[in-house]
Amino acid sequence: MSRMRPLSSVAAEAGTRFGRPNERHRPGHKAMLVAVTLFFTLAAPAFADSLLPAAEYADTQLPDPRQERQAKALMETVRCLVCQGQAISDSDAEMAGDMRALIRQRIQAGESPDQIRDWLIARYGNWVTYDPPLEPVTWPLWGAPILLLLAGLWLARGRFRRRKKP
Amino acid sequence: MKRRLILWAPLIVFALFVVVVAVGLYAPADRAIQSQLIGQPVPEFALAPALPGRPGLSSSDFRRGEPRVVNIFASWCIPCRAEAPQLAELERRGVPIDGIAVRDRPQDLLAFLAAWGDPFRTIGADNDRRVQLELGSAGVPETFVIDGNGIIRHQHIGAINPQDVPAIIAAYEAAR
Repeated sequence: MSRMRPLSSVAAEAGTRFGRPNERHRPGHKAMLVAVTLFFTLAAPAFADSLLPAAEYADTQLPDPRQERQAKALMETVRCLVCQGQAISDSDAEMAGDMRALIRQRIQAGESPDQIRDWLIARYGNWVTYDPPLEPVTWPLWGAPILLLLAGLWLARGRFRRRKKP
Repeated sequence: MKRRLILWAPLIVFALFVVVVAVGLYAPADRAIQSQLIGQPVPEFALAPALPGRPGLSSSDFRRGEPRVVNIFASWCIPCRAEAPQLAELERRGVPIDGIAVRDRPQDLLAFLAAWGDPFRTIGADNDRRVQLELGSAGVPETFVIDGNGIIRHQHIGAINPQDVPAIIAAYEAAR
């Protein structure tokens, strides 16, 4: 299955690989490398992203610092849908920008971060949040460390006992 | 003897942990994010026409008693070109297709439709991606089948390949 993915990261990688011509290369090679670099750096974003400008508030802070703080905190816990494994606050993907804009606009309109998170979860499932709710499926995430700690203490209990003098 | 076994317990727990992690790492990655709205009503929206002189798309269009197929696409999306023949095939077989053009400009859209075919009855302009997010769609292209009462019945993620056409037609027939 092929899906639209931000190619700019791939291009950036390819760009640096082709973009630092070795000093020993002849000028013809250099021109070639520049052409290849230009091809990757210029063409790839046009394939991956639309030609429309970034959404309002995708990269602009809200005028109210308190609201911006709330929005930023939420964005750091919302997962990017196309660059999976990144939070939308860290992602350069266009879709992440659109999601940042959505969050900022809703915060500005007076919605609480929890309402917006619930709205996103209703559409994308718990997958979309890095702050998963406590549920039967997720309780091992909280329970396992406590259980392991207790088990460790129990195993080590002999060490804490004062040794009897012989 | 019992004491010996207990001392092995941490290693066994660790080995189990390694097995769980290894299974997760080596299992083929499934990066498709299903919309949670399947079985739910279409959220309210109203999209302006993406092209002058052609109808736009709003959620009220989905409550007219007949099922509809909504294709989320964009002229800048390469897999959308690959699925164009399959959309044409669906249209030829009588499946009505509505389009949601994501972040598109009319001139690019016209060129795209001229080059790859135009199976769309309506095309709504989703310039800020609000409706795509509203539907729980995580990329382009995606296709939804919505029944005549406005309930989302099926989601196809990614380009429609020739082998996917029967499933979409079946979902459309089932939504009648």
